[in-house]
Parts: sequence; structure tokens; C-alpha cells
Amino acid sequence: MASKQEHTEYVLRIGDNALILGQRLSEWCGHAPVLEEDMALANMALDLIGQARMLLTHAGQLEGAGRDEDQLAFLRTEAHYRNLTLCELPNEDFARTVVRNFLFSSFQVLLWARLSGSTDAELAAIAAKSLKEARYHQQHAGDWVIRLGDGTAESHRRSQVALDYLWPYTAELFAPAPSDDKVVAAGIGPAWPSLEADWEAQVVPVLNEATLTVPARTPFKSFGKFGRHSEHMGHLLATMQIMQRTYPGARW
Amino acid sequence: MERKEWPLWEVFIRSRNGLDHKHCGSVHAPDPRMALQVARDVYTRRMEGVSIWVVKASDIVASDPDAKPELFDPAEDKIYRHPTFYKLPDEVNHM
Repeated sequence: MASKQEHTEYVLRIGDNALILGQRLSEWCGHAPVLEEDMALANMALDLIGQARMLLTHAGQLEGAGRDEDQLAFLRTEAHYRNLTLCELPNEDFARTVVRNFLFSSFQVLLWARLSGSTDAELAAIAAKSLKEARYHQQHAGDWVIRLGDGTAESHRRSQVALDYLWPYTAELFAPAPSDDKVVAAGIGPAWPSLEADWEAQVVPVLNEATLTVPARTPFKSFGKFGRHSEHMGHLLATMQIMQRTYPGARW
Repeated sequence: MERKEWPLWEVFIRSRNGLDHKHCGSVHAPDPRMALQVARDVYTRRMEGVSIWVVKASDIVASDPDAKPELFDPAEDKIYRHPTFYKLPDEVNHM
């Protein structure tokens, strides 16, 4: 039987991914290369923040300490966020944004599919709804990865630079989290390493079609999902939390 | 550097099954696949539709606005083309 704390932490890992990448993608609002893409990125940011709202609300209820989605989203300190480091890295340029979206949404598609059979009924319902969104994100980002990778010399170069930069952080997606063992045993959700083979089977063919070189695995490790974040996380949180910290309890 | 504009696509959305696709706007996109995708992102965010058509704007053949007098004005006084002069039996009154 998984403890309340272990269960909460597992849900937070999933919810914080959506929250932090949603925040990152929202930075594109008003800045995307074309109006149509501006809307698409904002839509996806909102999809992710919608997922985060449901998951953080659920995590707050599991925790049973009276924290709601806003308190979890805006009033935790950096070390209490459980998102993958991949999600907090800066957007840099459009190539890195879509390559990251592709790597992450492919992970989310597999995760939501597995979670839709969760013994946690609330989590299963959230997963079934979110799976449709993630499928669209994967299709959208995958199309762009192929277009840019197999595009001009410059778009290919930027895409390869983005992939080389992001790839080492994808190891964290599948790193085992010992505190999740009982959660997995209780049928609440999959063990992270069990998603890796399917993920590579979805991701690598698209990268090949995009004429990108898949980097070799290195010993590099990141630890965002254990609360040890990159130097970029503090800046992201400062921007994201300033309203709630300046006007505590503010609502609209 | 040469700057090419993406072609313009006209977007038609069917709001519900059984209704017609209606023109609702346009998007720029490099090819049909992406035109559909951006039309979805721009025009169906608030549950506006269940089906999308996109048509390259340059493939639409349109009547010449200057030809309006000869194309459309002659229909103005041909009221006999409206089927309003038939006496219908009471039983089919709701036709």
C-alpha cells in the first residue's frame, strides 16, 4: 500500500511537468514566428495548465493538508517542485521549443495511455481526457520537427543543436524513483523505466525522418523530478509566482 | 534573403453534423496539412466545429465584383421564379 505522501508525490511529478512546461510555452504568446503558430503554442500552454490544475487539485486532496491548486502552483519553493528538468529549460528558439514539445508530448502520450487504467479513478479520468490533448501536441510538434530538420540548412542546424542540447535531459524521464515503487505496485501508475522502449520506438523514427542525428546516451544525469533543479528554474518560478506572492490570495 | 509569404487558405467549418460548412476566415500555411492544423488552432478553440475544410485561396474562382450589374441585377424583377404562386392544399400547409 502506497502512503499518502508517496501517492501525492507521484501525482505531483506528473502535474508539475504540465505546469512548468505550460508556463514555458506561454512565454511564446505574442512572440511566435507567425500568428497561427502563436495561437497553437498558446493553446498547448493552456492545455498543459488545464492538466496541471486537475492534477494539482487532486494532489492537494490526496495530501489532505488543505492546499488547493493555487497554493501548490504558486506558493511552493523550488525544491518542492517535482517536474522533469526538461520542462524548465529555456525555450531558446522555435527549433528547441518544438523539439522539446515533441520529446515531451511523446512521453506524455505513453504516460496518459498507461494512467487511463490507473487504480486511482480520479487520475484515470484526468489521463483519459489529457491523452487526446497530448496526441495533438505530439502530432503538431512531430510535424514541425520533420519540417525543420528536413528543411533548410539553417533550420536543420538549429534543430540538431536543439536535439543535442535536450537529449541528455531525456534520460531523466525514465530514471527510476524509489519512492514510487509502492505507487507502481498499487497499480496507480507505471514505473518510469517501463516507458522507455515505447518512447524510443515513437521518437527515433520521426527524428530519422527529420534527418537528425540521435545523440548517444552519456552519463549525464538531471534530477528535477527529485526536486533538484537547473539554474533556470528559479527565474521561471519568480515570473510565475510574483502575482500570488505580491498579492497573496489574489483571484480572478 | 528572399522572403516568401506562405500561401493563403480559406477556412470552412461545419459547426454540427448535418449542417453546411461555412466560411469563417483564412490562415497562412505552407501546405494543406499545416493549413488544416493551424485552422484547427485558430478557428476551433471554442468548440466551433466538428469538421474543417481548407481551400487554397488562389484555387477559388470568384465572380468579378464589377460584373455585378449584369450577373445579379436581372434577377431582381423575376419574382415568378420564387415558388410562391402555388395554392397548396391545407394538409401540406407547413411546407
